[in-house]
Amino acid sequence: MIEVDALTKDFGPRRAVDNLSFTVKPGEVLGFLGPNGAGKSTTMKMVTGFLSPTSGTARINGHDIQTAPVEAKRQFGYLPEGAPGYADMRVIDFLRFAADLRKLTGDTRRQRLEQVIADVHLEGVLGQKIDTLSKGFRRRVGLAQAILHDPQVLILDEPTDGLDPNQKHEVRKLINGMAEDKIIIISTHILEEVDAICTRAMIISQGRVLADDTPANLAAKTDSGRLDDYFRDITDGGLS
Amino acid sequence: MNPVGIIFRRELAAYFATPLAVVFIVIYLMLAGVFTFYLGNFFERGQADLQSFFGFHPWLYLFLVPAIAMRIWAEERKAGTIELLLTMPLTMGQAVLGKFLAAWAFIAIALAGTFPLWITVNVLGDPDNGVIVAAYLGSLLMAGAYLAVSVCVSAATKSQVIAFIIALVLCFMFTLAGFPLVLDAFSAWLPDGIVNALASLSFLTHFQSLQKGVIDLRDVIFFAAVIVAWLYACALIVDNKKAD
Repeated sequence: MIEVDALTKDFGPRRAVDNLSFTVKPGEVLGFLGPNGAGKSTTMKMVTGFLSPTSGTARINGHDIQTAPVEAKRQFGYLPEGAPGYADMRVIDFLRFAADLRKLTGDTRRQRLEQVIADVHLEGVLGQKIDTLSKGFRRRVGLAQAILHDPQVLILDEPTDGLDPNQKHEVRKLINGMAEDKIIIISTHILEEVDAICTRAMIISQGRVLADDTPANLAAKTDSGRLDDYFRDITDGGLS
Repeated sequence: MNPVGIIFRRELAAYFATPLAVVFIVIYLMLAGVFTFYLGNFFERGQADLQSFFGFHPWLYLFLVPAIAMRIWAEERKAGTIELLLTMPLTMGQAVLGKFLAAWAFIAIALAGTFPLWITVNVLGDPDNGVIVAAYLGSLLMAGAYLAVSVCVSAATKSQVIAFIIALVLCFMFTLAGFPLVLDAFSAWLPDGIVNALASLSFLTHFQSLQKGVIDLRDVIFFAAVIVAWLYACALIVDNKKAD
């Protein structure tokens, strides 16, 4: 379970995340929506312990990210925005490095590596350096690293950004296949993605929650029955 | 394996994944040779020791250590991999230490590459090899101090060029802290006590007896304290600036 407890983040005079609280239970796939600059990435960075909140905290399976960061970080896999990777490492070395940091050893290590390489189709690029990869492959390497230790909690910042339609479909299939008893938070701009994989959608703007319901219920609130119309309605077309 | 060891291995491999390692080691060895034979008058001195070699080490490290340290955190921040690294289950201290030790080991490898000099001096005469071993250790220790300063500076900026230049200036001040060149800038406006304290931070002074093979505990503690203090500062800076 992820418990986000009154998270607030100020960047100078600007409040990026404003007293945000929510919980995500096992089996839920939470779609994090909002215009650019809404505070989605900032929230994810705080939940994963990369940014220190101005106030508030988050607990992951009961481990407080502020007071027990290492234990909390063991609970999740995280794909940061832009899927960063060490440019001069080969894909396989990078995944082994991640496996070591995740304390995978022996047979489990070998099996998990084989499994994720097959899951995100990296067989063809294992020996390539990361900076020679296309955007799509780089994102898949980032995804592989995040699911490597089969974490119960998965936090993905724009996992399908820069992928072609086939790759998007693959990634969604992968996430759908995992959703059982896992906790997944995904941020995205792509509203059809929310329909396709999320059991719950949360729209945030200027650091506050504007809506939090199933995608179908949110879409039903407009005359057109479309989620993107609802999104435009409550975020003022992004012009506020 | 301990996270420090995992980071250490990745970082050390990273030096050798690009031409950086070879370029650095070749230039280091060339400069060490030039200094020893031309400026240090290795042959003309007519003595079977490596004084003319070790005496130039502060000046070699002054330029070369900031050059290998500049990428250590700046690159990580620029590429965004710092977010990946610091959301892994490891502490800031482990990350800082792993990276530092890898760079230090790399310098040790370069330093070890100077062994032909040691053979040469043994062929030509009958040097005190204990002194030479002690001087090698002292030199490595001093390199660690230069490295800790430079790594800390690398954490403060995303730009490797800025990291290099600032680290160079800071290292220069530490090298010559006991000399008028640096002290004059401070003695006009700081009380004598502080100026004297600054003077006692000179790497050159503390290396003086080490390079002669005299391992004075005070010098060892000095360099160790410099390393610990700057790495601690480095961890604080990374923590504060990682997301900028």
